Amino acid sequence: MGETLLDVRDLKVHFPVKVGGGLFGRFAPLKAVDGIDFTIIAGETLGVVGESGCGKSTLGRAILQLTPATAGSVAWLGCDLTKADKDDIRACRKELQVVFQDPLASLDPRMTAGSIIAEPLRNFHPDLPPETVKARVAAMMEKVGLLPAMINRYPHEFSGGQCQRIGIARAMILSPKLIICDEPVSALDVSIRAQVINLLMDLQREYGLSLIFISHDLAVVRHISHRVMVLYLGRIMELAERDALYAAPKHPYTQALLASVPIPDPDRERAKTRVILTGDPPSPLNPPSGCVFRTRCWKATETCATTVPALDQAAHGHQVACHHWRG
Amino acid sequence: MSTVFDIRDLNVRFSTPDGEVAAVSEVSLALKPGECLGLVGESGSGKSQTFMAAMGLLARNGTASGAVHYGGTNLLTANETDLNKIRGDRVAMIFQDPMTSLTPHMKVGKQLGEVLIHHRKMSAREARAAALDMLKRVHVPEAERRLDMYPHELSGGLRQRVMIAMALLCGPEVLIADEPTTALDVTVQAQILDLLREVRVQHGTAIVLITHDLGVIAGLADRVAVMYAGRIVEVGDVRQIFRSPRHPYTAGLLSCTPSLENRVTATALTTIPGQPPNLQRLPAGCAFHPRCVKVDDRCRAERPALVGDTACFKAEAA
Repeated sequence: MGETLLDVRDLKVHFPVKVGGGLFGRFAPLKAVDGIDFTIIAGETLGVVGESGCGKSTLGRAILQLTPATAGSVAWLGCDLTKADKDDIRACRKELQVVFQDPLASLDPRMTAGSIIAEPLRNFHPDLPPETVKARVAAMMEKVGLLPAMINRYPHEFSGGQCQRIGIARAMILSPKLIICDEPVSALDVSIRAQVINLLMDLQREYGLSLIFISHDLAVVRHISHRVMVLYLGRIMELAERDALYAAPKHPYTQALLASVPIPDPDRERAKTRVILTGDPPSPLNPPSGCVFRTRCWKATETCATTVPALDQAAHGHQVACHHWRG
Repeated sequence: MSTVFDIRDLNVRFSTPDGEVAAVSEVSLALKPGECLGLVGESGSGKSQTFMAAMGLLARNGTASGAVHYGGTNLLTANETDLNKIRGDRVAMIFQDPMTSLTPHMKVGKQLGEVLIHHRKMSAREARAAALDMLKRVHVPEAERRLDMYPHELSGGLRQRVMIAMALLCGPEVLIADEPTTALDVTVQAQILDLLREVRVQHGTAIVLITHDLGVIAGLADRVAVMYAGRIVEVGDVRQIFRSPRHPYTAGLLSCTPSLENRVTATALTTIPGQPPNLQRLPAGCAFHPRCVKVDDRCRAERPALVGDTACFKAEAA
């Protein structure tokens, strides 16, 4: 067991949203993340899955302190970032990096690939001589599969997959301990997606990195993750080791989610039993009482409407928030 | 068997400041009544432009040549009046993003009704009743109330249902669905795919399903055409394509798609090396040769034609 890098306790992120029109509309909290607990140990990949609006991106941003937490704590190596001052947070950023979804939008179009990748170095190590910076950038470009000869090119001259490699190189240049990847392959074509996933897994093995891999794609998450967290309307529905979660999901939502993913095999896809959820996820502005999933759940009973299910320890390392997970 | 929609030797060219782009080259596809044809490819493969051209919806800098026959009319040479009798009536199309393809300032009932008033010369009252009926048939909950809502008041899944309802209003023979579920969450995607399945059974509509998602194709299509760099590289029965792909690109696509069904191993995903080609600077010979594992000198020099069901010199025997 490695050391605990990140310890998130009862994290809440609420956004005030104006409801009702006119001058006198009142503000209601949109509970994007509503009480999330988990830890990350060194060298592991935690997959975070859920549908749009489940709070998976907000969770990533709240850990990075890009969005302020409403309540709870985010402890990085024992230091609570939600209470830390700017300098402490800045120091942590060296070890806590991020890769965003849209590879082109997250790169400054007026900077060359080389200066984009070098920026964190210049920021945190301003005394480094330019030759050293250049050598380290070139080495990192090679590492992520970019030709060092392209160091003076601009982002628009690269394809989507290459831009994502630049984003990964920028995140890697300070040798961080944890990278939060927010839908890093969702904008990429199928054939390029596999290349980028392999790159992330190689980097993880080589440097002992931890990854938080946020994605809506359950098949990709299964491939890359050691543990997987399933979110719904800002809450954890289930958190388990990868194989346990995919082989024997205990939460009805996880079961429905897995059954919804089309299998790229005509015979098995047509033969499989369909669990089709009705309706859409409810608005996080007005979540259902009790269990947030109950309005789409086929197991819902009266208890579900009145009592919020606790995150039960169903088996070693397997947590599930459902009144009916036993059957 | 007869053909309802026949694309012959279609070429689509776009003129850009940097020169001409060959988006679609020598594409021929025949759609049989009631069948579902899957069209797969990555971005820039020409899968969408093939049908945008067929429906006369190319951007202004685009030109199409070849022929697209529907019921004795060549859609590429037909005048606007004839085209509009077919479009939206006999051949309907739904798009990826239902928000941008619905008019934002018009209530759902009115948008749906417009189709019937135009094509079927119905009165506004009849059209509203028919629109309500169709919304119920595509399982829009509280259909009556939705008629008086604006598109932005509906969720993504409901908007896509409204789009499908609109496409089905005139009972089209052919429905072209361009990435109909790409913008949706997986649980909602499953609902929409189920609806398309139902549409086929109940209305006997032939469907063209354009997508990059092989899982979506596997669940719905009878036949599959795979496009790469503007050309069809392989076409065939869905089971045959998934079980024994003959073109190395098809095989590569299948093996680099992670699936929930395969055993997970610690090994890397299989990849197709390199990147999709720039359509302005297509490589000589086979466009796939720089990324192909089976490449030889002939592939570099000569472009393989679509012979039988695959365009490859090295095709696996069927």
